Amino acid sequence: MDTDLSSQDRKDLDKFIKFFALKTVQVIVQARLGEKICTRSSSSPTGSDWFNLAIKDIPEVTHEAKKALAGQLPAVGRSMCVEISLKTSEGDSMELELWCLEMNEKCDKEIKVSYTVYNRLSLLLKSLLAITRVTPAYRLSRKQGHEYVILYRIYFGEVQLSGLGEGFQTVRVGTVGTPVGTITLSCAYRINLAFMSTRAGEDNGAVYPSVEDSQEVCTSSFSTSPPSQLSSSRLSYQPAALGVGSADMGYPVLFAGGLHAAHPHQLIGPGKEGGVPPVPSQPAHGTQADQERMCTPLDGVHYSAATPSSSEDTETVSNSSEGKCGSPHDLLETIFVRKVGAFVNKPINQVTMANLDIPFAMFAPKNVELEDNDPMVNPPDSPETESPLQGSLHSEGSSGSSTGNTHDDFVMIDFKPAFSKDDILPMDLGTFYREFQNPPQLSSLSIDIGAQSMAEDLDSLPEKLAVHEKNVKEFDAFVETLQ
Amino acid sequence: MVHFPPPRRQMVGPGRTRCCGPPGAAPAMNCRAEVLEVSVEGRQVEEAMLAVLHTVLLHRSTGKFHYKKEGTYSIGTVGTQDVDCDFIDFAYVRVSSEELDRALRKAVGEFKDALRGSGSDGMGQISLEFYQKKKSRWPFSDECIPWELWTIKVNVVNLANEQERQICREKVGEKLCEKIINIVEVMNRHEYLPKMPTQSEVDNVFDTSLKDVQPYLYKISYQITDSLGTSVTTTMRRLIKDTLAL
Repeated sequence: MDTDLSSQDRKDLDKFIKFFALKTVQVIVQARLGEKICTRSSSSPTGSDWFNLAIKDIPEVTHEAKKALAGQLPAVGRSMCVEISLKTSEGDSMELELWCLEMNEKCDKEIKVSYTVYNRLSLLLKSLLAITRVTPAYRLSRKQGHEYVILYRIYFGEVQLSGLGEGFQTVRVGTVGTPVGTITLSCAYRINLAFMSTRAGEDNGAVYPSVEDSQEVCTSSFSTSPPSQLSSSRLSYQPAALGVGSADMGYPVLFAGGLHAAHPHQLIGPGKEGGVPPVPSQPAHGTQADQERMCTPLDGVHYSAATPSSSEDTETVSNSSEGKCGSPHDLLETIFVRKVGAFVNKPINQVTMANLDIPFAMFAPKNVELEDNDPMVNPPDSPETESPLQGSLHSEGSSGSSTGNTHDDFVMIDFKPAFSKDDILPMDLGTFYREFQNPPQLSSLSIDIGAQSMAEDLDSLPEKLAVHEKNVKEFDAFVETLQ
Repeated sequence: MVHFPPPRRQMVGPGRTRCCGPPGAAPAMNCRAEVLEVSVEGRQVEEAMLAVLHTVLLHRSTGKFHYKKEGTYSIGTVGTQDVDCDFIDFAYVRVSSEELDRALRKAVGEFKDALRGSGSDGMGQISLEFYQKKKSRWPFSDECIPWELWTIKVNVVNLANEQERQICREKVGEKLCEKIINIVEVMNRHEYLPKMPTQSEVDNVFDTSLKDVQPYLYKISYQITDSLGTSVTTTMRRLIKDTLAL
């Protein structure tokens, strides 16, 4: 009963709850943008900073939140939920977290609305700021870019936890008692990041042996190390055992977010998610996470519209693929990372794919590299009788060739050396450089001599030794002059 | 903008201890005490301590108060910023105040140096105490009454190789996530907080020396455990300016 509450207090309380809900959404979404947030403290109150905290308002987010609330406030049985999910460039998606702002019936009649409740809501927002950085999705979101993006969806009503997989964990951010009920803010987050996906038509029935023990994918494996160390922090991933998983997902596939994506690739176009533009490819290696973000008007945030139709799309993305394939054991891709050096890992496809339409195909190297072909494991055999200088000279001996090493990846441009004039001499510096860049072989190092077999060398040795023995006195005299 | 009514005077609740009393004295009665323990590598000490201290102070800082003539006051705005750790797979949020950050870094730096010093086997603890001042009449000095005490016990480990260090980065990151969740849980119990002071008493409750934010009065102290296992108090740092002196 709220008859004890004055009308002014009631109005204030409703306003506080409404703006608290909007600010909560802002904090959560901004924490998943993939960039560091920084706002300034101000000693002079500006009048527009709710709860005395500098939290920027992204207009689209406010718009989506208001649309979801549709003029209502969180109440018993009507919770405001922000769903954070991950979507790969292949189209697979996975729900990561669900933030819930709920109200229960436990009232605190004695509490002062305009003072205590307000301050406690401010404290709760600070707690939310802290907690949004410690769930696993934060580190994933800092590294979003080419391989995957983080999306959000706001809905109002009953909390739906089914998308989080088995064994999800919950963290309570905090509670604030009010005269009309107790506000609770909590987060349920997925811990099993080995996610399930299927591919249509690949019912080859192959069942690959599941790796022991492993639900341990990841939270510890996603690091915020600088890119140079990124590969060393990616520990080996092991897929969940077959058959384990949430009810609406089918088959285990490894989630290998960001793992050695050697090939730049396009992200999905705007088809499914409202208003997400396609982005140019960018190389994945060696760039900071915040440079890998897509260029959108809002600096790298990908939004899924909160309208019912697009939220169904989100569900459809994850459900349709399982609908296509009936076999319970579909293609299983296992990507293991093997350490080949201090900071170098080498992904191996341990499974040879029958065809190339596999999940996360872009993470796999172009040629399925088995260990036998791995140059790090089996260095190429050195040629038997190669002259040591052989490799350092261009053996084709193409003098005057102006193309040098031709390679598909190189683009030929005119070579214009700086500070050189070509008016005096018939040959300019550039031409000179090109011509003599590939000088011809010295005759003494020609192939004929280099290709002399070891046997011939050995045969000529006794003769050479005999000659030297004859001249031994000369050698001795020479040595004495040196001493 | 929300204007707050004039605060009521209130008797101070928690137990008492003298200001500048013997360092390491047991917290007084009714002072809420929380203890956190972490095991870190030497180079992670600073970042781990800063993460915890900043998280606590985020919750224990408000905007600057501006009192108005009729006794009401308005509150400034607290900004926040993300901090990425270099030696730990971890990120945290701190109050956007360079002065506060400098003060914490100074204290943590001294703690780290003391931990490295001779006689230490890598164990120590750093404490963040929130207190209220109670003015006493001459010739008695003001009393400092702690109402919340956070203690972080640190154990410095030495690691042999790069692989262990990498694992340590991740493990310490996970541990710090747990600590943040613990801190938030304590904060949201909404237990005793000093009442909002009148203008004349604001310096007894808050540190008003910073120009952009206003944390509750706090002090940081640390102790290093020497190799014999006994506590050796090294320094008591006062991080607020004491305006009164006999």
